Amino acid sequence: MARLDQLPEPMRSHIAGLECPSFETNPWVQGPPLHERRVALVSTAGLHRRDDRPFQIMSSEYRIIPGDTATRDLVMSHTSSNFDRTGFQQDLNVVFPLDRVRELAEQGILGSVASFHYSFMGAADPKSMEVVARDLAGLLKDDLVDAVLLVPV
Amino acid sequence: MPTTQISLIREHTEKIKPPRALWVPFELGRPLGVPNDAMFQTKVLVAALRLLDEPTGPVLHDFTEEAPSLLKDSASGWACPLDLSTEAVDLTDMEQLRVAFGREFNEMRSWYELGVKRRGRTTFGVSGLDQESIRDFVIGFLDGSLPSNPREDLPLGLMLKLAADDLKTYYFEAATAQPGKVAPSGEVLADWFWQKTLAAKVLRAVKDSCMNSDDRMLKGVGERLLIPMKHSF
Repeated sequence: MARLDQLPEPMRSHIAGLECPSFETNPWVQGPPLHERRVALVSTAGLHRRDDRPFQIMSSEYRIIPGDTATRDLVMSHTSSNFDRTGFQQDLNVVFPLDRVRELAEQGILGSVASFHYSFMGAADPKSMEVVARDLAGLLKDDLVDAVLLVPV
Repeated sequence: MPTTQISLIREHTEKIKPPRALWVPFELGRPLGVPNDAMFQTKVLVAALRLLDEPTGPVLHDFTEEAPSLLKDSASGWACPLDLSTEAVDLTDMEQLRVAFGREFNEMRSWYELGVKRRGRTTFGVSGLDQESIRDFVIGFLDGSLPSNPREDLPLGLMLKLAADDLKTYYFEAATAQPGKVAPSGEVLADWFWQKTLAAKVLRAVKDSCMNSDDRMLKGVGERLLIPMKHSF
């Protein structure tokens, strides 16, 4: 149902009118085959551990989600009311497929799963996220990650 | 750092041109398609990860398979298992609304607790308050004055937003708790909440209070963050 032309007004016009960043270059980095890759998840769903700080309005911060986090320990404090949360309430993996990447690693389809995953809160100015995103790239390299799956909400 | 991603709004991804993206036709809030269907989620996930093997880019592929059957509209037969009180409530009488909402809130409890037991988790709790405190805090906005802030580390406007999210979570987890039923789409559940519950009527009244407030954040929360655009009328 996330076909733009099928969204109800005024959501359709709101989303269609959102400013999208543009870039002068198209970075392209390759890596080893999938079965050798170490994969991290980076979400914009405003997820965090239950005892972590909730996201503030327009926050460009991220929250750390350790790879061994139990699904029952994650909550969502995204500030938007304009997307479904009932899927997440029934099953974390429909938003943040932590169990699914663990299964793919156990089956040998992925090399391994990162020690840390991350979540931003997507209702923020992308430009304000750039500094922290660059820091995050360094942390991912330290964790020997060579594939990141970016998951929207 | 090699990245691949899921895209929910194809038009945005066409403009941004990330290295690798898989557009999916699912409801906003469900990037992997459907809850409690590991096989389908894995199919989406693998399709996104396989883009890492592409030799050149940027690439934007479409995942055209719809999410497995969900009840998409109210006519499909989903009915909330909760027998909500149908008594007439004068919505301009805040005392009557407060009492009726309190009763409805209590009616949810057994189903909410069943849902928690069945799933082994709850997503309730972002505000840090318990259920009764959420109910009383939200009600506190109805009489035109502002309730005291139960948390010193967060501004009142954000506290209201988090409490409203917890209130909705409590209702939705109760409504989807019944074992053996096909879970409806998020759209059906949202229609139920915003059209049938007194909690939604309370949140609309809270929104009105916020809009009359001098607190800028509260005004902003009332204007944009309590009620989805689709139901903001």
